[in-house]
Amino acid sequence: MKLKNWKEVNPGSVITEPGSSEKFKTGSWRSSKPIWIEENCIQCLFCWIYCPDNAIKVKDGKRGEFDYEYCKGCGICALECPGKKGNKAIIMVEEGK
Amino acid sequence: MADTLEIRWHGRGGQGTVTAAKVLADACLSGGRHVQAFPEYGPERAGAPLRAYNRVSSHELRMHCPVLHPQVVSIVDATLLDSINVTEGAKEDAAFIVNTSKDPQEIRKKLNALPTQKVYTIDATRIAIENIGRALPNAPMLGAVCKVTGLVTLEHLLEDVRKSFGKKFSQKIIDGNLEATRRGYEEVKEG
Amino acid sequence: MAKIVAVTGNEAVANALRQVNPDVCAAYPITPQTDMMQRFSGFVSDGKVKTEIILVESEHSSMSACVGASAAGGRVITATSSQGLALMNEILYIASGTRLPIVMPVVNRALSAPLNIHGDHSDAMGARDSGWIQLWSENAQEAYDNTIQAFRIAEHMDIRLPVMICLDGFIISHSIERIEYLEDEQVQNFVGEFKQLYPLLDLAHPVSYGPLILPDYYMEFRKAQAEVNTKVPEVVLDVAADFEKISGRKYGLFETYRLEDAEIGIVILNSAAGTTKDVIDEFRNKGIKAGLLKPRLYRPFPYVETGEALKHLKALCVLDRADSFGSSFSPVYMDIASSLYPYNDKPILINKIYGLGGRDYLPEHAEIVLNELIDIAETGNVKSYKEYIGVRE
Repeated sequence: MKLKNWKEVNPGSVITEPGSSEKFKTGSWRSSKPIWIEENCIQCLFCWIYCPDNAIKVKDGKRGEFDYEYCKGCGICALECPGKKGNKAIIMVEEGK
Repeated sequence: MADTLEIRWHGRGGQGTVTAAKVLADACLSGGRHVQAFPEYGPERAGAPLRAYNRVSSHELRMHCPVLHPQVVSIVDATLLDSINVTEGAKEDAAFIVNTSKDPQEIRKKLNALPTQKVYTIDATRIAIENIGRALPNAPMLGAVCKVTGLVTLEHLLEDVRKSFGKKFSQKIIDGNLEATRRGYEEVKEG
Repeated sequence: MAKIVAVTGNEAVANALRQVNPDVCAAYPITPQTDMMQRFSGFVSDGKVKTEIILVESEHSSMSACVGASAAGGRVITATSSQGLALMNEILYIASGTRLPIVMPVVNRALSAPLNIHGDHSDAMGARDSGWIQLWSENAQEAYDNTIQAFRIAEHMDIRLPVMICLDGFIISHSIERIEYLEDEQVQNFVGEFKQLYPLLDLAHPVSYGPLILPDYYMEFRKAQAEVNTKVPEVVLDVAADFEKISGRKYGLFETYRLEDAEIGIVILNSAAGTTKDVIDEFRNKGIKAGLLKPRLYRPFPYVETGEALKHLKALCVLDRADSFGSSFSPVYMDIASSLYPYNDKPILINKIYGLGGRDYLPEHAEIVLNELIDIAETGNVKSYKEYIGVRE
């Protein structure tokens, strides 16, 4: 992305494009990655509630894949996941492995 | 600077001296004149000696400092004569107007005024007690200053007193002040 | 028709604010400003203005509330003095950096310690680099006129910067002088309808204020703000020209008095300039070519125009009602020295500090300075480049 020069920036640093933080991808911050194991998922949506970055996609009331463009790998979803019969539906694995 | 008149007021906190200077400034606005009225600010306590100043001129007043060489010195409280040098810096032809029941000659001696300086007396406190019911000598002093300086007519001054006091006080107080101002104008004595 | 009245500086400025009828006022009382905001809140209580008054617990809060109200889309005012301005300091930079056209009369007063409530320019000098426009006023008339013009300058679409109107505490704020008021309607028409850029309350166009700007963008915003400052003098002159049409009173970036053919000169701000003019007349009557320059737009400082106006003098003294501790010289001196630096032929420049904490500035002080300048102009000898005058040695 080309950075603006001083003539192009908005007066008073006011941001006039709402929701523009979407353009700021944070997936590269992640050192460990959550993996969704669908067979252990009971669709409680705790992960969706707890995710601080809206990185869990929900469609028609059902949990979908992670949005890895924004997921920073904090692991809260994996911690909160109740799983099924003692088996977690989200596990964290180190990036690059 | 000959057409600028500079007045210094000496009073005590609570006697309405600052108000008198303000009313005089307002009354002198007529005829396109320029005016100033300002007190010397210090700790504001009832009874503490204070000074206030007026400048009246046909041209713009640019000087923004105390009056150092007054043509008129108005002493609202005669007890100040013992504690303050009210003649300080006064012009050679200055006029002193003193609120006192004493004779002008006696005051002239006390002030040690120059022969070229004029001394006037007015029993402003007695007039105030008789007309307003309180020892607030500012209205009769205003009348006396007006008579001595000839800055504005009595009618004009009374109109301004009515306007200034009308905002805050009852009709009885306003009438008392008007009468006190008129008596100050008429009863001031030269000596 | 103009209305001629005898009022105090505070009363005159409060009346100007009433005539403008701003949307929001958040203020905290401090001597000698108190009586101005007390009068204005009286106008609010009496329904003379439709202004929303926000009572706050400090000046830090008053300026913060002003920032919020201005970003929300209102025409916003406050007023302060001394410690109040010092306490606002952090938020002053936010108001200017966010380009919010807040208008604030500053009734100049000394800074503590030692505690003192009287006239002195140390307060506004401490805020001179805060990005606010500063207009300085010699008397009640100028304070009134500057207040009205401040709205047009602040709100100009090329500027959008906050403006301080400086007037001397007590000497002007509490002294009664003859001044001419404009009609309410004239003032209303002059300032026009307020239009905020990107108001927060415009729900159809949501915006965000106050983002974190990292090193990759911070300098671009600062450069943009610096560039805006270069446009201010022209806008100030345009507004002054329009103001002259309705008032008959002429304003510039600064005022010069008998300066064009002068050999010696004084630069001095605010009420002391008037006293100095009277003394200059006396010296002129004696055949001495003395003149004066009184800055009006002090921030942004019109250094090119000021240098041009002063460069022909032989000797020049800058009198300041504030010091800049630990610095080389006092605040205005440093600006004047920078203005003159580019010229090969320039006056010998000296610096006097006077009138701190309300110490009277008397005609004799101007006389002493002018006599010293005569001597410097003749001999080229300077006995002291910087000294306090009117102080017990």
